[in-house]
Amino acid sequence: MDDALRYVIEDLSAPLLHGAAASLQLIVCSVPFGLMLGFAVAVGWVYGNRAVSALCKAYVLLVKGTPLLILLFVIYFCLPSLGLTLSPFAASVTGFIMCNGAYNSEYIRGAILSVRSGQLIAARSLGMGRFQAIVSIVLPQAARRALPGCSNEVIYLIKYSSLAYILSFIELTGAGKMAATRSFRFTLVFSVVGLVYLTMVTLASLFFMWLEKKLAIPGFETTRD
Amino acid sequence: MGDTILRVQGLSKRFDSEEVLRGVSFEVKKGDAKVFIGPSGTGKSTLLRCLNRLVEPDSGQVWLGDDEITHASDIDGVRRRMGMVFQNFYLFDHLTALGNVEIGLVKVLKMPRHDARGFAMSELARVGMDRFADKYPAELSGGQAQRVSIARSLAMNPEIMLFDEPTSALDPELTGEVLEVMKRLASGGMTMLVVSHEMEFVYSVASEVLFMEGGVIVERGTPGQIREDDASDTGAPKQFQRTRAFLRRLDG
Repeated sequence: MDDALRYVIEDLSAPLLHGAAASLQLIVCSVPFGLMLGFAVAVGWVYGNRAVSALCKAYVLLVKGTPLLILLFVIYFCLPSLGLTLSPFAASVTGFIMCNGAYNSEYIRGAILSVRSGQLIAARSLGMGRFQAIVSIVLPQAARRALPGCSNEVIYLIKYSSLAYILSFIELTGAGKMAATRSFRFTLVFSVVGLVYLTMVTLASLFFMWLEKKLAIPGFETTRD
Repeated sequence: MGDTILRVQGLSKRFDSEEVLRGVSFEVKKGDAKVFIGPSGTGKSTLLRCLNRLVEPDSGQVWLGDDEITHASDIDGVRRRMGMVFQNFYLFDHLTALGNVEIGLVKVLKMPRHDARGFAMSELARVGMDRFADKYPAELSGGQAQRVSIARSLAMNPEIMLFDEPTSALDPELTGEVLEVMKRLASGGMTMLVVSHEMEFVYSVASEVLFMEGGVIVERGTPGQIREDDASDTGAPKQFQRTRAFLRRLDG
């Protein structure tokens, strides 16, 4: 036991910390853009003209229907043949944003559809343009309703960021795999890696619980016609 | 145009096979309080929504002041000039009472936020709701919510207010506070078009009552004329017999 603890502290902690930092880099770069893409696709689907709406539907269908790993392979291995070569980090982040954006858009679309139609009518009657009414009135309400779903997507992202390892970007899982291969202590190493993921997910969950509370509006969740 | 604020000429609207408005025409002068009454489904609400083009009319013309607005490209600009109050209030659920009044000033009239806040507070005070400025819509009673929605429209300084059955979603004990605010507005000279069946309010405020049926205005007159017609006993055909028949049904 002492030997295991010593190994974790002296040999494993440094590479895993580097790996965790790399994972965080992937997550932090992907989440905001995934969220923005989700909003754009959801708004395009619900309020766009026929062409924009069809484009958004096709995008969501495509990404939802393709394993993330295949999407990452396409971005990393196939795009260079079209003249676009991305680093493992950039390819991973692009794939994560695309995936995150598609799933977020479904949560946000559902939330937009749950906003009472009278909200948009009232905003338009005040003289707000359609876009302004959507941005100022519909989306702030939809965002609150989509938050539990979107926060779930962030948690998925924390876990599926490990797929970047397959594109040779060394993040937490990759760092663990390398350490385990060197030491042959697979059970111990992957148990610690699992604990680090669990810690990150728990912290993210606590943050989103706090955020939900912070953004809560009295009676908003139960307000219906 | 003189003191005519709104002129409506031959307004028509059809939803699928149903002709909801069939050539409605009338004029509203500054300070008028015209009240539309009539059975439900007869086009009153559609008429109001056609005026500010929340519903696009099929034909006919509407002038707001000297501007023909049925074909105006700047419809948002037109709507700013016509306040609208809805049956179900439609307060913005994510904003406080103050936020509801403030948002139009900031986003539409581009007023600096600090000025907008002060102005919004004064509008809330005008409808007796300044004490509830920090409350969210779900924390307000129906009557309070409707008063906030009136303040929200008034804050835009409209030339005319459109009230679409403002008390019909309220419990009887809550209608009084809303009607009181509307009475004050009318006596203050606010030009208004109202769809309402609150006859005590209609008789005390209306400059003209317009009875609609089947998508047209079938009878119109002042509250005094309608009462006189009912009371007169000359044997001549009554001028307002359909209005009176409707009001009797209302009395139940």
